[in-house]
Amino acid sequence: MKILRINTRTKEYSFQEPGEYAGMGGRALTSRLIKNEVPATCDPLSGENKIVAAGGVLTGTAAANSGRLSVGGKSPLTGTIKESNTGGSFAQKLAKLGILALVLEDQPEDDSWVNIHITKDGVTIEDAGDMVGLGTYDSMDKVRARYGEKACGMIVGPAGEKLRRAASIQFSDPEGRPARAAGRGGLGAVMGSKRIKAVVLDDKGCGMVQSADKDAFRAANKRWVEILKGHPVTSEGLPGFGTAILVNIINEAGALPTKNFRHGRFEHAADISGETIAETIKQRGGKTKHGCHPGCVIQCSQEYVDAAGKYLTSGFEYETVWGFGANTLIKDIDTIATLDRICDDMGLDTIDMGGALGVAMEGGAIQWGDGDTCMDLLRKAASDDELAAAIADGTAAVGKKLGVTRVPVVKGQSLPAYDPRAVKGVGVTYATTTMGADHTAGYAVCQNILKVGGDVNPLDKMGQVEISKNLQVATAALDAAGLCIFVAFAVLDAEDGVSTIADMVAAHIGQPFTVDDVVKLGTSVLEDEIDFNTAAGFTKEDDQLPSFFSEETLDPHGVTWDFSVEELQAAKVK
Amino acid sequence: MNIELKCFATLGRFAPENADAYELPDETTVADVLTALGIPEEEVKIIFINGVKKELHAPLADGDRLGLFPAVGGG
Repeated sequence: MKILRINTRTKEYSFQEPGEYAGMGGRALTSRLIKNEVPATCDPLSGENKIVAAGGVLTGTAAANSGRLSVGGKSPLTGTIKESNTGGSFAQKLAKLGILALVLEDQPEDDSWVNIHITKDGVTIEDAGDMVGLGTYDSMDKVRARYGEKACGMIVGPAGEKLRRAASIQFSDPEGRPARAAGRGGLGAVMGSKRIKAVVLDDKGCGMVQSADKDAFRAANKRWVEILKGHPVTSEGLPGFGTAILVNIINEAGALPTKNFRHGRFEHAADISGETIAETIKQRGGKTKHGCHPGCVIQCSQEYVDAAGKYLTSGFEYETVWGFGANTLIKDIDTIATLDRICDDMGLDTIDMGGALGVAMEGGAIQWGDGDTCMDLLRKAASDDELAAAIADGTAAVGKKLGVTRVPVVKGQSLPAYDPRAVKGVGVTYATTTMGADHTAGYAVCQNILKVGGDVNPLDKMGQVEISKNLQVATAALDAAGLCIFVAFAVLDAEDGVSTIADMVAAHIGQPFTVDDVVKLGTSVLEDEIDFNTAAGFTKEDDQLPSFFSEETLDPHGVTWDFSVEELQAAKVK
Repeated sequence: MNIELKCFATLGRFAPENADAYELPDETTVADVLTALGIPEEEVKIIFINGVKKELHAPLADGDRLGLFPAVGGG
């Protein structure tokens, strides 16, 4: 495997031996490379920043659910290091092309946009032409016309082109739809700052990635599939109802952030629930099950269709449904699905957009529940409209523009779909992860609400710091392996869950790899990220939730956020 | 007494018609409700009474909101 470096200013590229990055993958590789090569204090939109895309250690093999991609860089939204994780076909094709990591460096002096086309025969960098300014769906149509039906894209939309700080990078799924997002942290703006409209992969003529010990790998993967198919969450709940199955349970727990984190329950939760979405899709002839990458045995995605039965969006996630639903008081599921489609098309993070619209409503710029105005403003993300531009710059930017003080962000990144006062474990993660508010970084909702991997009182501080810390370590290891984090639901409840992952890695690399090594790997990733953030000027004072969570009680449980600065520091590995 | 009964996800098929005001004898537990509705205990993983996680033998009181869930996850 080689590292492909592309200088976006000189348009030169080189395939390099992996050197110190040999054997690394996913988030472990992206975070190490960013720490080594990007000055922590640089302007994230300058030529000093880099974008690194890497599949995990297991990506490109037959290991179930191993096709996730880590995209790294310094975030223009948070100023921290960033690993934004996505599905789609890109990671597996990158691995099959023999590319351990793709690194986009420097930036051009002029305003000419390019596409990068990578095949087994080499790299072509060419004028993006009429793709500039297009949404990602139209862009993917152009990509297929220009590079072939099976071409896979990593694309910025109009928001990324305009360097909006909550811009996503969109990735095509197995059907060629740009519905998968490296959404969080504004890496779309970094790609835009390098004037790259699309990176297109074609793995024609390339085979699967080969493992060192094929028989041992096959045996471990067989057990791995059994674990995933044997757990009710990964075999029934997620494929049956999608991730929005969480709407009802988080609402029931009194933790569904409603009206910009003012209440813990939304009276119209049933209208936006996973049950309602699945029923709607079935009635209209869409698909309730869909995998974001080949080899996914969970199938939590879907193809959401409109009233006429026409495809509208995919990868329609719980956080998106919450952000455009309960958080803004929009209760019409078709409106929410359309907002998701607009975000994917414009190239915007749905979580930060949900947060931003909520804060715009808080500030009186939009009426609560006004979906039509929300659609209009998101479509104008790349225009000169000042409010639309602030929204596309994220939740914190809207708060600043409108002078709103109830702004649900940590390190400038919007809080996701669980109120930290009523799911305290995930609040610890929001506050202390290296990423800015991020639920995926340590998903303590498992032990707090879902009774997976343990069972603690979500309203109490007891045990939460330890749970969050352990999950943050485990998640970093999964991200390094290239595994979808939803495997954790099954892994946490299976005695041999983690050891089976270690067995797959050992068989693949042909060297001993134990459960202890999994923990060491996760810890080392977090240490690298903390080092970067410390060098960028972040301190323990930044590892806090906004003060309104401590000052305002949340109904129905009447709870507040009550962790001290020092208590929270114990959730960090250094 | 009456409770507000909510059966979610795969348990939706067990929901009675009068779930919003489901009538029960006094001193009823969650387990009794499952028996009355024919819900197999192993299909119920998470129980909420008034938004607080409870166990199978938790007692119910008039006006309670009972939420029953199978194993769920996402995010």
